[in-house]
Amino acid sequence: MSEERIQLKINGLPVEVAQGTSVAAAILNSGRTSFRQSVDEESRGPVCGMGICFECRVSVNGHPHIRACMTTCEAGMEVITFG
Amino acid sequence: MGKTAKFDVLIIGAGPAGIAAAMAASEPGKCVGLVDENSAPGGQIYRALKGQIQNSISSQIKTLDDRGVIRFDGATVYDAPRPNTLSITKGGEFQTLEYEKLILAVGARELFLPFPGWTLPNVMGVGGLQALVKAGLDVKGKRIVVAGTGPLLLAVGDFLKKYGAEVLAIAEQAPIVNLLRFSTNLLSFSSKIGQGISLIGSVGTKIRPGTWVASASGTRALNSVILSNGKTTQELECDYLACAYGFVPNLELPLLLGCAVEDGFVQVDSTQQTSVQNVYCAGEPTGIGGIDLSTLEGTIAGYFANQNDCPTLVLKARDRWKLFSKKLDATFALRTELKELASPDTVVCRCEDVRMSQLVGWESSRAAKLQTRCGMGACQGRICGPATRFLLNWEHGTVRPPLIPVPLAGLETRTSAVIEQPEN
Amino acid sequence: MGQNFDAIVVGGGIVGCACAYFLSRDLKRVLLIERGPIGGGSTAAGMGHVVVMDDSPAQFALTNYSQQLWMELYPQLNHACEPRMTGTMWVAADEEEFSHVEGKRDFYVKNGLPAEVLDTKSLEEAEPSLRKGLPGGLRIPQDSVIYPMAAAQWLLGQAQLRGCTVMLGQSVTKAKNGEATLQDGTVLSARYIVNSAGDHASSLTPEIKIEPRKGHLIITDRYPGYVNHQLVELGYLKSAHEMSQESVAFNAQPRATGQILLGSSRQFVGWNDEIDRALIAKMVKRAEEYLPSISQLSVIRTWVGFRATTSNKLPLIGFLPSDPKMLVAAGHEGLGITTSVATGMLIADLVAGRPSKIDRSPFAPTSGVAA
Repeated sequence: MSEERIQLKINGLPVEVAQGTSVAAAILNSGRTSFRQSVDEESRGPVCGMGICFECRVSVNGHPHIRACMTTCEAGMEVITFG
Repeated sequence: MGKTAKFDVLIIGAGPAGIAAAMAASEPGKCVGLVDENSAPGGQIYRALKGQIQNSISSQIKTLDDRGVIRFDGATVYDAPRPNTLSITKGGEFQTLEYEKLILAVGARELFLPFPGWTLPNVMGVGGLQALVKAGLDVKGKRIVVAGTGPLLLAVGDFLKKYGAEVLAIAEQAPIVNLLRFSTNLLSFSSKIGQGISLIGSVGTKIRPGTWVASASGTRALNSVILSNGKTTQELECDYLACAYGFVPNLELPLLLGCAVEDGFVQVDSTQQTSVQNVYCAGEPTGIGGIDLSTLEGTIAGYFANQNDCPTLVLKARDRWKLFSKKLDATFALRTELKELASPDTVVCRCEDVRMSQLVGWESSRAAKLQTRCGMGACQGRICGPATRFLLNWEHGTVRPPLIPVPLAGLETRTSAVIEQPEN
Repeated sequence: MGQNFDAIVVGGGIVGCACAYFLSRDLKRVLLIERGPIGGGSTAAGMGHVVVMDDSPAQFALTNYSQQLWMELYPQLNHACEPRMTGTMWVAADEEEFSHVEGKRDFYVKNGLPAEVLDTKSLEEAEPSLRKGLPGGLRIPQDSVIYPMAAAQWLLGQAQLRGCTVMLGQSVTKAKNGEATLQDGTVLSARYIVNSAGDHASSLTPEIKIEPRKGHLIITDRYPGYVNHQLVELGYLKSAHEMSQESVAFNAQPRATGQILLGSSRQFVGWNDEIDRALIAKMVKRAEEYLPSISQLSVIRTWVGFRATTSNKLPLIGFLPSDPKMLVAAGHEGLGITTSVATGMLIADLVAGRPSKIDRSPFAPTSGVAA
């Protein structure tokens, strides 16, 4: 297994992860728990881990509503979480 | 070899059923496609670390590649715009794929039931947490409660322990009598015994039968859970709660194609063909049965879709495993106490924050949807739909395109893709 | 023979609910019968744009009156109805369309409604997502947006507070001479029966001719602020008027949720309720001509519904000439959410023998309109 490390930014701060890590795992590993704000402004994070629940939506490279669990980290990626 | 616009056999889902179907359907001269939304084949059960292919299936995948099976990894089906045609999205691009025969091996998802605190960050599914760990989540030293129902709880408890987590408890809602009866039944399925024993050895002392999560609490994220057995409760401080109540099939694509569904499962004949001609279905959507049954059904669907007879041995084995899955259902039947967990202000529809109190009194899921927005959000009712079916006996909602949210550009007209077929 | 009602309203779309709302102010024993969920037919396929239309004098009078009634109701509506004063922005695609804008503004202003012409620059400022360089538009600030199904339910709920009863899951197979026959054979009698069965009104009252006109809708995920007004192309009326087989016009609405609701299409294809992908594609393309970046927005769902369409583009509101106990309140085409409350008021006026605030004669289901 390749253990090449890559750098991305979460909420503007640099984060280093192993290649192949999902954005959801990267966010949780960085100590953040809230991915998005719900309609009633509750904090939410990933539930199903496989692209079904849409609770882990974050902004990736300026695109909102991206499922963090279905997105693999790429070098230079800019991820924004909410809440 | 040349280009093709039409697959002889197109398979949706590259889990155990889909891979088996591809193995059975592929042969020289046949054009077979295998579509999966994950970045590597394997499905949930063979999900490997960080987007790689698990060793146990790598030789099969290599065989498929050698036979010229065209894989669409990271591709999601979102519409069936014309007969014998599916729309897929992959890496932000859209294309349509045409087929003569279609095999739906679209798998299942976990059933989540609402309880106070289930929407807190770090409350996840059982397979959900496992998938996240496989995708790089570090659980070393984390205190984790595993809860819900079914054999997956033990497997994931064991898995998490191997990754350095401290598994505080495995709360299995099924009563101990059911579990004992089930373990006796396991004796007639030799391949399952070893598996079962090794799991119990690893995390066995943590199992609490007849126990479920009554509530979870925390301020910004999960802080503790309360376990209940109906008589006493216990609070456990933890970092993650992995909780799911078994599986529900992914019926969205079968329903969009018009496949008959009864009692929540896709109806198939002995060849795994659905009510729609040339559309086959294998694995969990025809009945939750686990990996062995899925593999057998996939094999059968693959043979028949490729217009070959299937060995009788395989057909008989499928029927035997169907019996096993029935026993599984009875063992892990959900207790009625789970219907009472949500309090009036517990969110049921997580996308639209529709609470339990808003859902009481509507005569149907559609009436509730129109008035409360329950099921109208981004997950399109995939989470609250099965939950309200259990809690309120509501029927399935209708399925309309797109099957999964896609950029609006995906709804523009597209001509079918011409696929470059590799040399055999 | 079943109970004796003062009035039976057949159909629980927003028009039927509005009829129940106003009838129950005058009458004690009102019954509304609906076979599906409240607001589950054409109402659920309505955008909820409460708009004054200048198409014909009768249509202007009805939409204007109805909008005034809505404005009086807005402070009372519950949260779920989501009333929002978005205003309408009629967008000109080219100079030719823009050349008609001042005339249109003058008409609204002359009739006492605020209206404002926007040039290229002010249109860009008001709606930054619109394509740059459009000649301009016309803003009608008093137009608004509501959530139709909740509004229907609210109107009915208010009627219920006044004693109106509701029968769900039943359909009326026959209605004549003050007798309504249910599908289970039960016969209910009433002094008046109101046919507000929308696109199905003709099946109950065969002498009126109402045809289903299919429409498609598309809704996106939440993008608050992407558009601010209900955006409608100035060519919309032309599209709505063509009685051709198929037409598409740009119509984008900011929902209270931040979602964008996209219309609109019109087709005469009977009751075929399949999603027409080619037509959806045309709607997307049309929207892209005005909102170039919309193709990047995530779409959650598409669906279809049927408008109840009459041959003269006006709803039928009034007594059926052949049956003094039978009233019709149907055929609202694409304006039923707007005109529902005025319709309910007119029906109540008719039953009470009162004059109405507007001339009712253009809507009378006379033999001229009937098939």
